[in-house]
Amino acid sequence: MIEANNLQKHFGRVTAVRDVSFRAEDGRITGLLGPNGAGKSTTLRILYTVIAPETGDASIDGISVVGQPLEARRRMGVLPHNAGIYPHLSARENISYFGALHGLGRKERESRTVELISLLEMEEFADRTAKGFSQGQRVKTALARALIHRPRNVLLDEPTNGLDVMAVRGLRRLLARLRDEGHCVLFSSHVMQEVGALCDDVVVIAHGTVVASGTPQELRTQTGEDNLEDAFVRLIGTGEGLS
Amino acid sequence: MRAILSVFRKEFRENLRDRRTLISALVFGPLFGPLLFGAALSLSIERGTSEADKQVTLAVAHAERAPNLLTHLRQYRVKVESVAYDDAAAREAVKEHRKHLVLMVTDDFSSRFQASQPAQLLLYVDSSDANNSKEVSRIRTLLNQYGSLLARLRVMTRGIDPLVLSPIVIHDVDVSTPASRSVLTLGTLSYLMLLTMLMGGMYLAIDATAGERERGSLEPLLTVPVRREHLIYGKILATCAFMTLSLSLTVSAFATVLQFAGLERFGMSVNFGPSVALAVIVLCLPLVPLGAALMTIVAAFTRSYREAQTYLGLVLLVPTLPLVFASVLGLRPTAGLMTVPSLSQHFLITSLLRDEPIPGSFLALSVGVTLAVGAVLVFIAGRLYHREALLG
Repeated sequence: MIEANNLQKHFGRVTAVRDVSFRAEDGRITGLLGPNGAGKSTTLRILYTVIAPETGDASIDGISVVGQPLEARRRMGVLPHNAGIYPHLSARENISYFGALHGLGRKERESRTVELISLLEMEEFADRTAKGFSQGQRVKTALARALIHRPRNVLLDEPTNGLDVMAVRGLRRLLARLRDEGHCVLFSSHVMQEVGALCDDVVVIAHGTVVASGTPQELRTQTGEDNLEDAFVRLIGTGEGLS
Repeated sequence: MRAILSVFRKEFRENLRDRRTLISALVFGPLFGPLLFGAALSLSIERGTSEADKQVTLAVAHAERAPNLLTHLRQYRVKVESVAYDDAAAREAVKEHRKHLVLMVTDDFSSRFQASQPAQLLLYVDSSDANNSKEVSRIRTLLNQYGSLLARLRVMTRGIDPLVLSPIVIHDVDVSTPASRSVLTLGTLSYLMLLTMLMGGMYLAIDATAGERERGSLEPLLTVPVRREHLIYGKILATCAFMTLSLSLTVSAFATVLQFAGLERFGMSVNFGPSVALAVIVLCLPLVPLGAALMTIVAAFTRSYREAQTYLGLVLLVPTLPLVFASVLGLRPTAGLMTVPSLSQHFLITSLLRDEPIPGSFLALSVGVTLAVGAVLVFIAGRLYHREALLG
């Protein structure tokens, strides 16, 4: 479970996140929806402890990201925006390296890597060096790397960026499966179809603050719009930055 | 600690597979530096020694008329070749470059000599031929030398102090003594070693921050449950390993090259056997963490790989500054100077190569201060990895 309380963050004179509070439950997929520059990435970065909030706090399974960042990190798998992998290592080595950094023993991380390679259907390129990987292969590797330590909570920042249709469908299946296994899945997107197709809960962020949250159905009811896209536009007050 | 080792292993393996890192760390510096150095050195030695030592062949016509003179010339490594030229033949031979120069002993040489009158020698030369000007001047010097030797003997037999013939005496003060030349040469040597050592770790240092950021792998890395300073320590450790490899290769290459360069002919007694090479490596080792941390810190402030490369190119010059000061100011090793990293290594290496004794206190100061500065820099690098600006 992920909980954010009154997060705030400036970069110089720009307020990236003004006041963000929400909750993402276990066994559900929560979508962070908002136009470009709304503060989705900054919110996620605070959650996965790469940057610290100026005020407010967030917790992963009840553990404060400000107070106990190392402990919080153990409980989440993270796929940052445009996550890169090491070009001179094979996919398997890339994944296994993160296993080592998560403190897994050699045997454990090897068997877990094998498991993930089969789960994500990576057999074909698992032992090639990552230099010539396609975007889809890179994302799969980065995703497997994020899941190496069986995290209860999974955070993904724009995971479908640059993926083709087949890869997107594969990713959706995976996220659904994680949800069904009881994981808490939180991902950000500015693509409506994706959020509509996948999310159990939606948190709409605009101008650095949460403007609405609830199930897709609740959002439609709340705005009186039949379709999620219209509901969204109504909520953020403009259609700018959507696709 | 386990995380540091994991990072170290991964960085080391990854960079072993990176052709650019490998070439710059293990091929370029370690091979080209010593080879260039050796080539330049043997060339300058060649030029410096060739003229003085080379045997000069002198064609002499009517050598039988001046046997003592020829004995004198032979003593100074002049090979006398008797020829049966007359005046015209001698001119012809020199003009056609069949002989560089011809010495003709005139027929009244002996009689004039015995009468203590100036006895004539004819030296046929082609002054337009620059190639043998040194040969000519050497023969001329030897002949003059012989003349003044005889003059002294003559005044002595007349009971006069030969010193009256030397109203003035000129001493050449050649600033470029063999000793000073060797200081310069050995300075270059230690400089090249330190430079190569730094170059060996450059790409790893860039990779640690600017490279990771540019590839987008930094942010995922920061989400693992490992303290950030431990991540950077692992990276610095890998940088150190590459620098050490680079250093060892360079020193070995220098040791090999200098065997063939023939420094001793230059008046330098350089002992650079395997044990000295090992000692040089050990002396440089304390500088490894300092250099690695310094490069990592500088790379952490840059915004891109390219920018990091530019700045690190400048950082590579930093260890040269003390060396430049030392040679310009003619500094000699003192306890105070032993507290300057890179300069102290330079002095110690130089002393080692010249077989001079190294005081234990100098050694302790050099190692101690260098390691301490290195530790501080490693700590600073660890702190820098906590900055949010690192993410760019």
